[in-house]
Amino acid sequence: MKVIKKEDLKGFIDGLIEKGEREVVGVKSKDSKYVFDTLEDAEELELDYDVTILPPKKYFMPQRETLVEYKTKKGIDMEAVNEVIPRIIIGVHPYDLEAIKQMDKVFADSPEDYNYSEKRSKSILIGVNMQKTSEWSFAGSMGNATIDDGYDLMLTDLGDKYAVEIGSSKGRELLDEGSLKIRDAEPEEIEEVENIEEDIKNKFEKELDFSPEKLPWLLAQKYGDEDFWEENAEDCYSCGTCNIVCPTCYCFDVQDFNDISLEEGERMRQWDGCMLEAFAEVAGGENFREERAERYRHRYMRKGRYLYNRFGDIACVGCGRCSSQCVPDIADPTDIFNKLWRDKDE
Amino acid sequence: MNKEKSPYLPENATILNVEKMAEREKLFEIELDSGEPLNHEPGQFVEVSVPGVGEAPISISSSPTKEGNSFELCIRKVGNVTNVIHTLEEGDQIGIRGPYGEGFPVEELKGHDVIFIAGGLGIAPLRSLINYTLDRREEFEDIKILYGCRKPCELLYEDEVEEWRGMDNIDYRETVDECPDDVCWEGNVGVITTLIPGIDIDLENSYTVVCGPPIMYRFVLQELKQKEVPDERIYLSLERRMKCGVGKCGHCQINGKDGEFYVCQDGPVFNYDIVNDFEEAL
Repeated sequence: MKVIKKEDLKGFIDGLIEKGEREVVGVKSKDSKYVFDTLEDAEELELDYDVTILPPKKYFMPQRETLVEYKTKKGIDMEAVNEVIPRIIIGVHPYDLEAIKQMDKVFADSPEDYNYSEKRSKSILIGVNMQKTSEWSFAGSMGNATIDDGYDLMLTDLGDKYAVEIGSSKGRELLDEGSLKIRDAEPEEIEEVENIEEDIKNKFEKELDFSPEKLPWLLAQKYGDEDFWEENAEDCYSCGTCNIVCPTCYCFDVQDFNDISLEEGERMRQWDGCMLEAFAEVAGGENFREERAERYRHRYMRKGRYLYNRFGDIACVGCGRCSSQCVPDIADPTDIFNKLWRDKDE
Repeated sequence: MNKEKSPYLPENATILNVEKMAEREKLFEIELDSGEPLNHEPGQFVEVSVPGVGEAPISISSSPTKEGNSFELCIRKVGNVTNVIHTLEEGDQIGIRGPYGEGFPVEELKGHDVIFIAGGLGIAPLRSLINYTLDRREEFEDIKILYGCRKPCELLYEDEVEEWRGMDNIDYRETVDECPDDVCWEGNVGVITTLIPGIDIDLENSYTVVCGPPIMYRFVLQELKQKEVPDERIYLSLERRMKCGVGKCGHCQINGKDGEFYVCQDGPVFNYDIVNDFEEAL
């Protein structure tokens, strides 16, 4: 572990911005909330935030991106496209780092999705341990209050200085780039970080009444209880906001956009959401999840069971974004998960 | 970027022939511009691209045993992409990705009786396997084909069906839901399930392969249950919104109490024993 003075870290970040080799992104305030956005100045960085509106997945899987460019004037000419901007992303919380780890697996799974993986490999992630928690977060219960890997560098606020944990050679090399005043952490500082990481686990207002490993089993048991899903989905607007703000949602739609000549254009993918009514509809009009309750159930099955069975992770990291953004307030996973636990067959 | 490897980049292909089969269906013979064969298995599908309009998942309708390197797609005019495909002609180019998915278990079926039950456009994917079994007739035991559509004018592959009617080494039966008075029809009138009681099924030695619209599955499967056909001897091909074809976009996932599938990767062909308790499958 290393230690750096806060003012030196600022200088270091300003140096990276000035150099311009990579886009420097960090957490900034926007109205009364926080967002990941491009930094013009290290002063803008707010590392004691609670949660950002959108997770940093937007940098690896943009809301809309081109997959293929085509020309149709003489026959067909198609070319694969990937716009990769190398980035340093500063201030990623442990739950979002966990989500990125999960997304890495999804897109690396054969056949590899280079539009994601090349953006990801060209980025450097600087994590930060949480100082504040969102009132909707239950990252502690999901085991994501802290994290041991998935970052290139990890910061912990120690008053007028930061502890810096090096997580990869990419992180190490970044530190080497600047003429950085950094030193080894002293034993007391290491203990301080350990204490902070221990304390944060108990700072969450929301929690699960059981360990999340039991979710796949609980969901399978509840799957056929139609009344339960209907009751809980009753007020759902099918707006898909819970999908859009989720750090582990990656479903997408693909559409062609012609330019004005109608002779060329771009095939783009854009975020889609399983809560939207047409998500499972086929061209003939058949909709395989026509009912709101079916879609509502699908979201939980996918987060808690399907992706777990496929990749080994519970695909809910406990950030609480879905519940905080849900207008009718029916998207709180702890509410549903704890009901599953309450109703379980012995 | 690794351009050759992008799973979303289609290969160019050219339409060699177009044949109108019914009011809404045309058969397209297609060859990859690389000259290579598609190398598919019966039951697999491709993503067909019309740049500027989009992509649609279409099951491959020809058998890999067909001569030459071309393959065939039977396409119903039913959405944005397929509407435009229907305007294309011989010599026009399209994009192809695939073949994708798990097809029919050809090796498992060899040495057994095979009973095909096709409803409407369900004949399109089944034809890839039907023609395979007919081209390698000696590798299979008894073959029965039950084919139903709504009206005589909706019957697809008329020339081939005419051959099937006359073949003495298969048992071909057909039905239409209804027949207008002014149309000559010598086959059965009634839904596809009315053909099932009349056939003998050697329960020990046969496989039944079913493809049709969602509503058909329910009734056909009930009828097969009446006949005591074991679930594990039934194969089905499911339709879903397979946008990417490579297990990423999430659209074709189906849930059940005992598991989950991506239709584009784990299917579109499924053993009924595996999906029979999947509420979302059928």
